[in-house]
Amino acid sequence: MTRLDELLAYEVVEGLTEGQFTAEDYVTTILKRIEKVEPKVHSFITLDTDGALSSAKIIDKKLKEKEAIGQLAGVIVGIKDNISTQGIRTTCASKILENYVPTYDATVIKSLKESGAILLGKLNLDEFGMGSTTEYSRYQPTRNPWNLDCVPGGSSGGSGAAVAAGECTIALGSDTGGSIRCPSSFCSVIGLKPTYGRVSRYGLISYANSLEQIGPICRSVRDLVIMLNIISGKDTFDNTSMPSNPISIPKRLNKLNVGIIKELITGSDQEVTKSVYFASEKFKEIGCPCEEVSIKNLHYALPSYYTLASAEASSNLARYDNLRYGFDYSIGEYKWDTYFSNVRENFGEEVKRRILIGSYVLSSGYYGKYYLKARRLRSLLRLELLELFKKYDLLIGPTMPILPFKFGEKIDDPIKMYLVDINTVIANLAGIPAISLPIGFSNGLPIGLQLMAAPFGEQKLIDASYELEKIINIPRRPNSI
Amino acid sequence: MSMVMIGLEIHAQITALNSKLFCSCRGNYRDLRPNSNICEICCGLPGSLPIINQKAIEYSTMMSIALGCKVPDKIMFYRKNYFYPDLPKNFQITQYNVYGISSIGIEGKYELDEVKQIRISRIQLEEDPGRIAYSEGGMNVRNTALIDYNRAGVALIEIVTEPDFTGPKEVRHFLNKLSLTLEHLDVCDTLLEGSVRCDVNVSMNGGNKVEIKNINSFKEVEKAINYEITRQSNVYGRNLKIEHETRHWDDKKKITFKARSKEEEHDYRYFPEPDIPVIVLGSNFVANLKQRMPELPNERFERFRLKYQLSDHTSNILINDKKLADFFESTLKLHFSPVEIANILVTEFKSLIEDDTEGRDYLKNLKVKPEHIAELVKLIEGNKISRTTAKDILVKIFESGELPTEVVNSSNSFKITDEKTIMDAVHSVFDNEKSAVEDAKKNREAINFLLGKVMKFTNGRADAKIAMRLINSKLNE
Ligand SMILES: [Zn+2]
Repeated sequence: MTRLDELLAYEVVEGLTEGQFTAEDYVTTILKRIEKVEPKVHSFITLDTDGALSSAKIIDKKLKEKEAIGQLAGVIVGIKDNISTQGIRTTCASKILENYVPTYDATVIKSLKESGAILLGKLNLDEFGMGSTTEYSRYQPTRNPWNLDCVPGGSSGGSGAAVAAGECTIALGSDTGGSIRCPSSFCSVIGLKPTYGRVSRYGLISYANSLEQIGPICRSVRDLVIMLNIISGKDTFDNTSMPSNPISIPKRLNKLNVGIIKELITGSDQEVTKSVYFASEKFKEIGCPCEEVSIKNLHYALPSYYTLASAEASSNLARYDNLRYGFDYSIGEYKWDTYFSNVRENFGEEVKRRILIGSYVLSSGYYGKYYLKARRLRSLLRLELLELFKKYDLLIGPTMPILPFKFGEKIDDPIKMYLVDINTVIANLAGIPAISLPIGFSNGLPIGLQLMAAPFGEQKLIDASYELEKIINIPRRPNSI
Repeated sequence: MSMVMIGLEIHAQITALNSKLFCSCRGNYRDLRPNSNICEICCGLPGSLPIINQKAIEYSTMMSIALGCKVPDKIMFYRKNYFYPDLPKNFQITQYNVYGISSIGIEGKYELDEVKQIRISRIQLEEDPGRIAYSEGGMNVRNTALIDYNRAGVALIEIVTEPDFTGPKEVRHFLNKLSLTLEHLDVCDTLLEGSVRCDVNVSMNGGNKVEIKNINSFKEVEKAINYEITRQSNVYGRNLKIEHETRHWDDKKKITFKARSKEEEHDYRYFPEPDIPVIVLGSNFVANLKQRMPELPNERFERFRLKYQLSDHTSNILINDKKLADFFESTLKLHFSPVEIANILVTEFKSLIEDDTEGRDYLKNLKVKPEHIAELVKLIEGNKISRTTAKDILVKIFESGELPTEVVNSSNSFKITDEKTIMDAVHSVFDNEKSAVEDAKKNREAINFLLGKVMKFTNGRADAKIAMRLINSKLNE
């Protein structure tokens, strides 16, 4: 039998329902696992052990009394620490929110609680989601469970690593320019950035509102489907959310036309490229023809993304002035002219950089030159992609152009760091769904395949992923820890 | 005479709303314990998102229609970024008319009177910030300020005019009409403290524009403009140049003073609010709203004149006091005698109110209700009491709240129609006013004097028609 701490979410629910173990057993096992691996991996910022144990007891009581339990009953979910949890500190891995305890639950948290999920704690990230390695966390960086010398990807690095390392059954991440998919690729787990509007953003601490979505990070496609259906839906608290059809596990795969994005292949490391060609062979095996396609406006994606994301961030992060909540800070004197800048010194370097860039591109005289142009390029790219989706069901390429790299390798050069996002930002700019699926390893380092579909085309992503998952055998548990 | 150009920027709270612009906290924040009317949205807690109040869109659309603005099919919101402690998010969600999709009202033309038209540049919907409370004596005395966010997020309508006013009188006229419109559309109770605010810009002789901020009631606007015109004239008189600047209105000292120069250099970094998608009003929205919209003051004026046959003068007095006009129409429902009722309301009734009240919602606490006035008029028309008696009764019921018939019964003030009793009074007057009688014989005008004496003799109870007839016949004897 599979070890308890290796169970998938749906197996946990099955096991509980059939009385093979109790929720408390399961939580205890995971806590032991955390005790063992967390000192090496550093996935968590905050652990709510007591909360998790008491939730487990409630579920056990329900089971004993033959009461109905939710679809995720007993499943242990880790939450990226930029999603608001009532009563549990939510820091965004920033000093500036070190002592911030939300008074309300994000809509996705409410949904998870209703489904019986056990919330175990808050997971590490790059400060406010800005970064691709978790090196910009104000806490320790998270380490890649497959190779502790390497970054886990980011910004949802804590989520990716925790799921890979078996510290939780599934996790929630958020994805503004690849923040779910990058760590999913680097940690060899499955991560989905939903269509913009499928999942409520209410309670997700905004970095760039027009780009980001909350999404699941899991170890199986089936888990991902369950989780996605629970968090999807129109939310009256989010004007940008929309109703959507539930996703199902496919009975059989219909033929899908697949386009391989040429530019993403040529721009990638050789090992990564090889894996994508391997994937295209697998697609053919499951009856889906692949051909290369080109995205003309692709070179606009990164500049457009960083302009828009920074602009929105500069405004979103303006509220952190420590007047109402924040962190312990004795400023000595509250001077009208210097107060705001003194307090806001406490942001990290990368956050400050983006606030500055964002303020610059929005300032009068530059709005048209940068911000407006970036918006136009964004719609251009979106239109081109929508046109491509008339011909192709899926567009694929590597999730990341490179393999997981060593700590410190790119942190000194922000431009180098930004460049690794080139493959992932496309989906955020276009508002389309994208999934990262483990596709193989090179020298023990994971490689992920990215699949993109038209808006609300998640079902096609799932259909293909489910089939590929069946025929591509990927080890789920890293041996290094 | 130098040429003056004045433009206005008016902020009116939509006090009619139950909730704030983007959350469900109470719209009426007044008289609440500080920071008790707040939630994660209006406090701008991380991760909260604005939910647009549909009613606010309707109210601001009605104002746009009333001020002759175009209401576009699509509107959107923008962020105005600036740091200020009363602004929970350090940006204000507002509207902006520079990049395409615009605010709720644009390109308005408002007829101030037959000859004067005021152009409305734009009407926009936005959120009010919180309030900063300084300790007595300001920051100089104690180095603290307190912030109350109860008001943060309350819906505001901003109305911006072109600089089409040529003097303070036009401005006053406009603001009066605007108040009436706000009241008639039930958008804003302008009497509530802080519910309307006004910024003014004044330029003279084509010179630089000076903006005056912080005028917290319409009453003060005229004073501020007068002050500013005098100030600018003096500067020109000394052959100096007027600087383009922002000044503040000090309503205690009644002067404008120069703001710290920094305040003028704001770059608000406007950009579209990503959390509120473009709102498509649709082509029927305005048409539907026009159907359900309350009557505008000028429409009501016309109705009063045509349907009720009231004079322009009487109609005007009623329209200029919406609550009185409402009172009038409530009374009509009980007894349809428009001219008689209106006359009582705009004369005796109104003067009684003005004697003992200062504006605010006076009709609510009044003891006299439409029932009283309807009954009073019935008594007059039924020839039960004289007009003079009616006046006395009105004074009494204002104090006691009794119904007119109760007063009449208890004080025996029914009209005297008995000819013999009146004849006795006439005799008595003729005996005492011999010279007046002689005058009246020559000059018919003097009869009114005798009539007055007869009325006085009967404590105003004599039927004036009978008395007049009797006086006439006695004069002809
Ligand atoms: Zn609120």
